[in-house]
Amino acid sequence: MTAIKLAYRNLIGAGLRTWLNVIVLSFSFVMIIWMKGMLDGWDRQARIDSIEWETGGGQYWHENYDPYDPFTFEDSHAPLTPEQENLWQKGKLVPVLITRGTIYPGGRMQNIVIKGIDVNQKLLSIPTARLDTSVYGIPAVVGSNMAQNSRLKKGDRVVVRWRDANGTFDADEVVITGIFNTTVPSIDAGQIWIPLKDLQRMTLLENEATLLVRDNTEAPMPAFAGWKFMEQDELLKDIETIIKSKTAGTSVFYMILLLLALLVIFDTQVLSVFRRQKEIGTYVAMGMTKKEVVTLFTVEGGMHAVLAVVVGAVYGIPLFIQQSTQGISFGLSGQDIGITMAETLYPLYSMELVISTIFIIVVATTFVSFIPARKISGMNPTEAIKGKIQ
Amino acid sequence: MTNNENQAIIALEHVVKRFPSGKTWFTALKDINLTLGRGEFAGLVGPSGSGKTTLLNLVGSLDSASEGRVDVLGMDVGKMNAKKSATLRKKHLGFIFQTYNLMPVYTVYENVEFPLLLLKEKAGKRRKAVMEALEWLGIESKAKSKPARLSGGECQRVAIARAMVKKPEIVLADEPTANLDAENSHHILQTMEQLNRELGTTFLFATHDEKVIKYLKRKIRLFDGKVAADEIIQS
Ligand SMILES: Nc1ncnc2c1ncn2[C@@H]1O[C@H](COP(=O)(O)OP(=O)(O)OP(=O)(O)O)[C@@H](O)[C@H]1O
Ligand SMILES: [Mg+2]
Repeated sequence: MTAIKLAYRNLIGAGLRTWLNVIVLSFSFVMIIWMKGMLDGWDRQARIDSIEWETGGGQYWHENYDPYDPFTFEDSHAPLTPEQENLWQKGKLVPVLITRGTIYPGGRMQNIVIKGIDVNQKLLSIPTARLDTSVYGIPAVVGSNMAQNSRLKKGDRVVVRWRDANGTFDADEVVITGIFNTTVPSIDAGQIWIPLKDLQRMTLLENEATLLVRDNTEAPMPAFAGWKFMEQDELLKDIETIIKSKTAGTSVFYMILLLLALLVIFDTQVLSVFRRQKEIGTYVAMGMTKKEVVTLFTVEGGMHAVLAVVVGAVYGIPLFIQQSTQGISFGLSGQDIGITMAETLYPLYSMELVISTIFIIVVATTFVSFIPARKISGMNPTEAIKGKIQ
Repeated sequence: MTNNENQAIIALEHVVKRFPSGKTWFTALKDINLTLGRGEFAGLVGPSGSGKTTLLNLVGSLDSASEGRVDVLGMDVGKMNAKKSATLRKKHLGFIFQTYNLMPVYTVYENVEFPLLLLKEKAGKRRKAVMEALEWLGIESKAKSKPARLSGGECQRVAIARAMVKKPEIVLADEPTANLDAENSHHILQTMEQLNRELGTTFLFATHDEKVIKYLKRKIRLFDGKVAADEIIQS
């Protein structure tokens, strides 16, 4: 208790020097929480977006289907059973048929994936309602990423070529009836979405599908022979891996930030131990053991972090509240950083994040304060009193 | 008399102190035998390098003797562990240094309060004792100042207040007037003499300042690490 009281008195007494350290430390606190909160927010948003746009509550895949191997698409489809059709009618399942194809935008050839989806589905956010079946040709919606890469605009007509179930090539014209913005790249890049009925007709796969997306509820769902059920978490693994790899660089950045802050404290402590020799000798002469002096100096160092929490809270809390309610807007387009981000990101500042950051910084600060303070034990008090040790 | 055996508060027997000096040893104190009684106002005098500070440090348990025995308040300082000797200093000894050694970031009040915090005294008791000590030294008006804003004389008075606030049995003062002018030196010595008289505190100085020597009631002359003379001044 005495150590805490004295340490507090020493820090407050030191005035400006203390506050400079505290501000530097609080800045690193707030930055770490801010960045981590942003990444967590991004992670959360990416999960939510993936669920809404792609995975739903999980998917039934035809047993041969492998999304990473388009050559499997030819063999991975099966007719819907009456039970599946019934669930589809109730809006609990959405069938998707997938096949390979080629489009010729502006005379160039581009291999794509064609996905057929129920025009009336409400389960996924893909704007299937914009698949205007009244147009002449096959209506299609594409993600903005795809639109940009293939230079497709709303109303464009483009030739599409595919192979039907018998392996025969056929061609037609698709009309872009809608372009949608999504943060989920796996339903955007290199693919077009057309009505399920059209794709089934084109490929001669009446009533067939490649995968079935289920609703995002806990309601029990039967198993279907010949279809494997992919859990939601398993489907989200990909997106999480992408985010993790994208955020690894940021972790390095805040490690550096933390190290810098610790260096400031370490430096202050090293200086203190040498500049305050006379004081140290005097402490000993007045009846403190060296161990108590070491403790005092360590507590002083650690207390910088405690003060930094207080100072950081003063400007950090309003900042965090403002950002997590209003979100942060990004001017940049997703492609610039290699992965699509929402234009407005809502950072997620969890209690867990705040507490663990505080804990790590307080412990680390105390530790780096202890290292130079340890030197005090080796000091000869009669020399220290005179302030002579070099 | 004051240096009566059974009233001895400080006793040194055959004390030798050696310091390593290159490959050999330098003997700073050579077979010192000395007894101080309670309430003495004594000084170690002698030329520079005669061992005054060294002897004071042994009594203050800041250093240990190479040979012989140092007793303070009836306890063998040489046999104490770090904790015990810290307790001895905390409870019974007051130090006054040539360079004052005040805590620069503390106010005068906080500096004087410091030894009482170490003793874990209650707030009310601390305040009373600090105000009293500031009064003795006539520095109440400076209570809120930091040492950097005080003159040398004022600083030394703060240091004396700090040494006296816990009413220790012994005050050890190493060249307390070395950085002070004549007027301040006299003022401070008069104050210490008064505290010695009123509180019965034992004072042991180390000095070669004539102004200090004039006030001493006992002069222990050191020369080349040995007690060359020991005279008691009758008043
Ligand atoms: N830590 C040490 N290491 C080596 N020699 C030392 C040490 N401390 C003191 N000495 C030597 O011991 C001798 C006595 O020193 P001391 O400081 O006790 O003298 P002093 O009488 O206090 O002198 P002054 O009046 O100059 O303060 C000196 O020759 C000094 O050089
Ligand atoms: Mg000396």
